[in-house]
Amino acid sequence: MNKLTAKHQCPECLYIYDAKIGDEYEGYDPGTLFEDLPNDFSCPDCSVRFKIDFIELSSI
Amino acid sequence: MTTYSAYSKTGSKILYKDKKRWFWLLSSIFPLQAIAGIYGHHITGNQLWLLLPLIFIYILAPLLDFILEEDTNNPPEEVTLLLNSDSYYRILTYIAVPMHFIGLIAAAWWISTNQLDWWGYLSLSIVAGNISGLGINTGHELGHKKGKFEKNLAKLVLAVPFYGHFTIDHNQGHHREVATPMDGSSSRMGESFYAFVCREIPAAITRSFGTENIRLQRRKQDFLCFDNQILQSYVISTILQGSIIVIFGLKIIPFLFIHNIFAWLQLSSANYIEHYGLLRQKDELDHYERCKPHHSWNSNHVFSNLVLFHLQRHSDHHTHPTRRYQSLRNYDDLPSLPNGYLGCYLIAYIPWLWFYIMDKRLLKLSHINGDLRKINIHPAKKLTLMNKYQQT
Repeated sequence: MNKLTAKHQCPECLYIYDAKIGDEYEGYDPGTLFEDLPNDFSCPDCSVRFKIDFIELSSI
Repeated sequence: MTTYSAYSKTGSKILYKDKKRWFWLLSSIFPLQAIAGIYGHHITGNQLWLLLPLIFIYILAPLLDFILEEDTNNPPEEVTLLLNSDSYYRILTYIAVPMHFIGLIAAAWWISTNQLDWWGYLSLSIVAGNISGLGINTGHELGHKKGKFEKNLAKLVLAVPFYGHFTIDHNQGHHREVATPMDGSSSRMGESFYAFVCREIPAAITRSFGTENIRLQRRKQDFLCFDNQILQSYVISTILQGSIIVIFGLKIIPFLFIHNIFAWLQLSSANYIEHYGLLRQKDELDHYERCKPHHSWNSNHVFSNLVLFHLQRHSDHHTHPTRRYQSLRNYDDLPSLPNGYLGCYLIAYIPWLWFYIMDKRLLKLSHINGDLRKINIHPAKKLTLMNKYQQT
């Protein structure tokens, strides 16, 4: 999958990180790949799942 | 009464009615109790009436929790989505927000327009603070939600006791580090409530400021900027409490000071009892295990849950932090508090009694089974406790 179109989901609260959009509030610019998020990245909504826990969503 | 219907995996129809539906209104109106005390003083002229809310909070609530049977019921998992999307429950949290503003302003007005004895002044200040502490609980429920509207309401209600850094510290600090020695908001075995308060309050401020600063740096913004979520709430606090001083005069300043301190102490009281001594274990890679239900002390006591938006179903709250209050669940074999939070606060304020009751409960938990290595221990008390329980 193209890394820029990849979406990753928090398995706890279902927050989705979309690399194409980034996350403006958290300060991740559009185009920031999931892989480039900081190692201590935790879910911006629930805070109890970490980068390693996120699940890559398959493209539709 | 609304009936929720859903189908189970096997295809059978499930019907569910929330028996507590209307009782949740208690959480919305509980903050108005200062006004009940003021009214009692108004009609009798006796300042003792100002203490009425303290009787509600520390005598009536623990007594009802003691008398009423604990509620261990859970809504069926299949109706949780319907229950969460029922706007009635969230509207109750919205209603609670203005109640806290009304409570503070009413108390300030009464103090400034009546010649109270020093103890009457002090009593009403403490009562107002305790009730604004409940406002931090309302802010807690709202601050965990994903929508901007509820997050903004949290900032608003947290502004009443000048505690706008709570949401960031709690969500991104406490929930990440809960039940570990790193967490300033998890109390340790052998740590008194008073020692905990001195550790927790400054730690919450420094951790939240650090967390928000990192986010703003990513956005290439200075800490002092309009987007700072903590400062937004502090600005509301300054306008609110500044206006109260301008309107009611300088003699209201001690009232506001005592009010703020006692509101913060209410939060510290909750934090003290919620995770006392509980410790997440580390895996082979030295990472802490995920927070599980047995990493929080739970309480199914009915009355205090109804006035605290189910905060005491704390084990499920930490396992699923964004779950709405009406859907929080009970589990088997949870660490259980001997009374609701309000009764437990009273025990916590007497350290020897707290240690006497809770240390035994802690050691008896099935996942601890008397092993002090599985407990979050206050470093200054480690040797004493090791000797006391004959462990090396």
